[in-house]
Amino acid sequence: MSSNAASQFVVIGERTNITGSPKFARAIKEGDWNACLAIARQQVESGANVIDVNVDEGLIDSEATMTKFLNLIASEPEISRVPVMIDSSKWSVLEAGLRCLQGKGIVNSISLKDGEAEFLRRARLVRRYGAAAVVMAFDEQGQAASCADKVRICTRAYHLLVKQAGFPPEDIVFDPNILTVATGIEEHNGYAVDFFEATRIIKQTLPHAKVSGGVSNVSFSFRGNNPVREAMHTAFLFHAVKAGMDMAIVNAGMLGVYEEIPKDLLERIEDVLLNRRPDATERLIQKAEALKAEQGGASKGESKEDLSWRQQPVAERLKHALVKGVDAYIDQDTEEARASAARPLDVIEGPLMDGMRVVGDLFGAGKMFLPQVVKSARVMKRAVAWLTPFMEEEKRQALASGGAARAQGKVLLATVKGDVHDIGKNIVGVVLACNNYEVTDLGVMVSAEKILSTAKETGAHVIGLSGLITPSLDEMVHVAKEMTRQGFTVPLLVGGATTSPAHTAVKIAPEYEPGVAHVLDASRVVNVVSALLSPEQKGAFVAETKRKQQALRVDFAERRNARKLLTLEQARARRFTCDWAKADLPMPEWFGVRAFDVPVDEVVPFIDWGPFFNAWELHGAFPRILEDAVVGAEARKLFADAKALLARIAQEKRFAPKAVVGFWHCNAVGDDVELYADASRSRVLGRFSMLRQQAEKTQGEVNLCLADFVAPKDCGRVDAMGGFVVTAGAGVEAFASEFKAKLDDYQAIMVQALGDRIAEGLAELLHQRARAWCGFGKTEDLSHEQLIREQYRGIRPAPGYPACPDHTEKPALLALLDATAHTGVALTESMAMTPASSVSGWYFNHADARYFGVGKLGRDQVEDYARRKGLTLEAAERWLGPNLDYEPRERTAA
Amino acid sequence: MTSRSQPFEQLFFERIVILDGAMGSMVQTYKLEEPDFRGERFKDHPHDLKGDNDLLCLTRPDVIEAIHLQYLDAGADVIETNTFNATTISQADYRLEPIVRELNLAAVACAQRAVAAAEAKTPGRRCFVAGAVGPLNRTLSLSPDVNRPDFRAVTWDQVVTAYTEQVRALLEGGVDALLVETIFDTLNAKAALFAIEGVFEETGRRVPVMVSVTITDRSGRTLSGQTIAAFYASVRHARPFSVGINCALGGAEMRPYVEELAGLAECRISCYPNAGLPNAFGGYDETPEDMARVLGDFAKQGWLNLVGGCCGSTPAHIAAIAQAVKAHAPHAVAPPVVAQPLSGLEPLTIR
Repeated sequence: MSSNAASQFVVIGERTNITGSPKFARAIKEGDWNACLAIARQQVESGANVIDVNVDEGLIDSEATMTKFLNLIASEPEISRVPVMIDSSKWSVLEAGLRCLQGKGIVNSISLKDGEAEFLRRARLVRRYGAAAVVMAFDEQGQAASCADKVRICTRAYHLLVKQAGFPPEDIVFDPNILTVATGIEEHNGYAVDFFEATRIIKQTLPHAKVSGGVSNVSFSFRGNNPVREAMHTAFLFHAVKAGMDMAIVNAGMLGVYEEIPKDLLERIEDVLLNRRPDATERLIQKAEALKAEQGGASKGESKEDLSWRQQPVAERLKHALVKGVDAYIDQDTEEARASAARPLDVIEGPLMDGMRVVGDLFGAGKMFLPQVVKSARVMKRAVAWLTPFMEEEKRQALASGGAARAQGKVLLATVKGDVHDIGKNIVGVVLACNNYEVTDLGVMVSAEKILSTAKETGAHVIGLSGLITPSLDEMVHVAKEMTRQGFTVPLLVGGATTSPAHTAVKIAPEYEPGVAHVLDASRVVNVVSALLSPEQKGAFVAETKRKQQALRVDFAERRNARKLLTLEQARARRFTCDWAKADLPMPEWFGVRAFDVPVDEVVPFIDWGPFFNAWELHGAFPRILEDAVVGAEARKLFADAKALLARIAQEKRFAPKAVVGFWHCNAVGDDVELYADASRSRVLGRFSMLRQQAEKTQGEVNLCLADFVAPKDCGRVDAMGGFVVTAGAGVEAFASEFKAKLDDYQAIMVQALGDRIAEGLAELLHQRARAWCGFGKTEDLSHEQLIREQYRGIRPAPGYPACPDHTEKPALLALLDATAHTGVALTESMAMTPASSVSGWYFNHADARYFGVGKLGRDQVEDYARRKGLTLEAAERWLGPNLDYEPRERTAA
Repeated sequence: MTSRSQPFEQLFFERIVILDGAMGSMVQTYKLEEPDFRGERFKDHPHDLKGDNDLLCLTRPDVIEAIHLQYLDAGADVIETNTFNATTISQADYRLEPIVRELNLAAVACAQRAVAAAEAKTPGRRCFVAGAVGPLNRTLSLSPDVNRPDFRAVTWDQVVTAYTEQVRALLEGGVDALLVETIFDTLNAKAALFAIEGVFEETGRRVPVMVSVTITDRSGRTLSGQTIAAFYASVRHARPFSVGINCALGGAEMRPYVEELAGLAECRISCYPNAGLPNAFGGYDETPEDMARVLGDFAKQGWLNLVGGCCGSTPAHIAAIAQAVKAHAPHAVAPPVVAQPLSGLEPLTIR
């Protein structure tokens, strides 16, 4: 499933729909309930996230049939684990269905067809029954075909639902009607375009509403020609999902892969769907007929490459493939080796491990670099995947042989709850797997409960936690406490951008006596894990780690005592200020919120490549790194691969970068910034609470706070500031998981790393536009390097980063921008943005605005801050944990 | 909102609120016999009545009121009416369907008298009555007949009618809130919530609706198979005042589910576990100190707004729990996350 378009939207299985599936219709009419259940089960197994149930048929009692079938489903946990879409044109059938669902399902559908009063009555009932509703673009006049009508009817329905029926907007699913194209009737030619466009507008203008549709309608003209229909559905979905469609009713088992549609067929299909030429229909019909007639495909020519290594013995070929990361022949070579080996395991322990040992040695010696190692791991995974069925067969045949998995040890990895970042963890997993550890990777946002129960189940020898944002540090402490509480004894590893040896020593290690080790990066992980799992080395390693951690704790305590903070009052007295009466306060050309879709191509020139190489653990400044004597060659190769993939991402529109920008009138009030609805300042829209540096500085230096860069309210002048959220979109994870499903971690990690670059680049691009909108940016003339070094007026600090380390400012920022509706970016419980490749921030335009780190905070400021934000002191202390200059009180006594 | 529900909500802003403990195990200590249950009024009733605890509100109101008062004295802020089975469907077992309205009114009156007594003892103290709405002895999602998986012993309409009648009486009696509890089949609970909304619309009067689910065992699911997140998605539409977990498990076994719920719900969190898992004799072994330690830890983690006890707990347990959570701040309700959670037995979130 993950290797096709389906991974980007919610798949609603259509096979349990009497009107779409003759097989289901027959089973229902014959009362063959087992067959009906089998169809439903097959839908869920082939990846449907929701199943559509429709039993509308003139000759049966649809109400009773709906009730009976849903009750039957309820006793089949394999089916009823997914939500149900109750589908009928009769309200009484929908209501009968609603009375059977313990879960929250979707009603399909209600519409304005029978007038406003009936529409509202049904909507209120749907809400009372606790379901979401599909709302058809249909009104008293009929079905909407044009884009304008679709949008008009949906907009009207939306406002009625939200304002009059109290219907939650997130429970509205619009079906703007997917109509049949290529019918030969001219006015039908624009139907697909109308759907895409209407979807785009609905998603942009009706916050939180979802869009769905029944896809098979679009290809009705090609009944009987399934290959063409499937290709049409795939291409249609590609464009519809890009336009913002959230879910689609499809045959879950029959979804193609967009990039695998033959180019000439795709071109003709897209001519039809996108209405690109007047003869599009004819040309597609010709192509369809031809395809039907011939049923074959042209073979493509292979490009020439040096294949001399293919002449060597199979063991050498396997080694070559592993070291060079070539996977083209791995299946056939593995099979050849297996055929001549006594046992399939011998192939792994012989030539494959020999090859991986060479890789490990070269990596250890700094002669191979991470990107290459990841490619090698990809080849290894494929070879093992090839051998797995043979080994399982062997196990079955000889239960007594007992020589199965001989992995060095089992490692469990997870990105902790609330955090969505996993590039680094994936790399660690690959490197460990290369070294013959059995790695279980639980993915991202994994609860402590899940991590520890899985650790028990799998008998993990080491648990590794990863996290990138600061709240993940607390979650790691939580996991450590839970491990203690549950009596674990295996070593705990922590890693990720936000972790540090000091934090590990001070906060995590004291919670878990058996041992916690901080791992700087993937290149160290093998040494650490092998030491921890070796009976000879473990004792010494743990003792040494504990000794170092003790030293760090002492050091930490001493430095804390040595450092002196100003009181909040003193720090405020040393604020940054200027002559506000004369200060230049640039006003943007527009106020309010605007959303943008930005093609990847436009973002590329704004990419800062430095961090990209860092992600791959190649360190050095860009572009000099490309000429570096040691890592230069590998950096160039990596860069070439990145650019090739980026070109593919752009061409296939794999990422859909989105941005939303807002500008507001504002003033500083103390250390807060107040936002106003307009220049009259009569209505406060919101408030951002900022933090101030408290460290004692040398004479004449100021103690900064972001609010200092905004004109204070009492100076009499109104100022302006902005905010933004940008994202590379959900396509990043979707595309990465396509590669993961193909066991290609190299490309998967590459996709994620590029997603991060696109998000950061888009932030840079938007900031340039923002500066232009504010006037002062129009005369900028900056080189790429100056741009990347941010040598321009104004800053765009982000909540959760050093100038404002509190992540809890994000909900207010996202809400003011309505960012979830505009960009799909939402927050996890730890305030991480998801999708992971997203950036948010504020725009401060003051000529002297600059980045700074808030640093350590005294209790007086944290108390003041908690009061300003309406947080409890404990909550504020929890969110600001890494910045506290004091130990928060244990709240055991009042 | 009525004037009384505002102080009720206010209390939740101030601190962790204490709910009472078990009614059944307290009634047992009075060793009541068939004549006690029958009283004068039902002495010729054609069916045995011993065990119909809800009936005691009419026949031994002194016992019920005294138990309520013991819990209030132990520190409970909120007591539940003795109406767990006071619906036509559950009372059918005793052939007492016709007196359901009366039962509920009498139960509210017992609780209110106890509250008045407690408030009089300590001037300035405010205590509240929550109308208990139980799960019924028949269920909408499960078949009682393994050979006919599509069969149901009761229909949606019957369930809604039964709950409507109960809720109407509880509201008429003047409860401060409703507590739909011990939910082991979410569809029954959805029918209860559907009925409650109907009565609210009919009377124009609303009170806070609290919802509490029962996780049957360590699989982390309800009897009808839902995970805690799927359950929350199923009741979120009713905009509950609180959601929580009660019965079946002791606090220690509930821990991961309370934590998960506190992390995902957009409203207040409640928890009132049993005094441990039932022992070989069907009794409960956890001491007041045991329960207080576990629930005190939940409070320290910041997961709780309402806490009390279920089967096997006594006024001593409630006093210990109240003491243990006193020092901790209530759970901070998370800002709503606008996503569309759908659910079957498992949740599906559409972003």
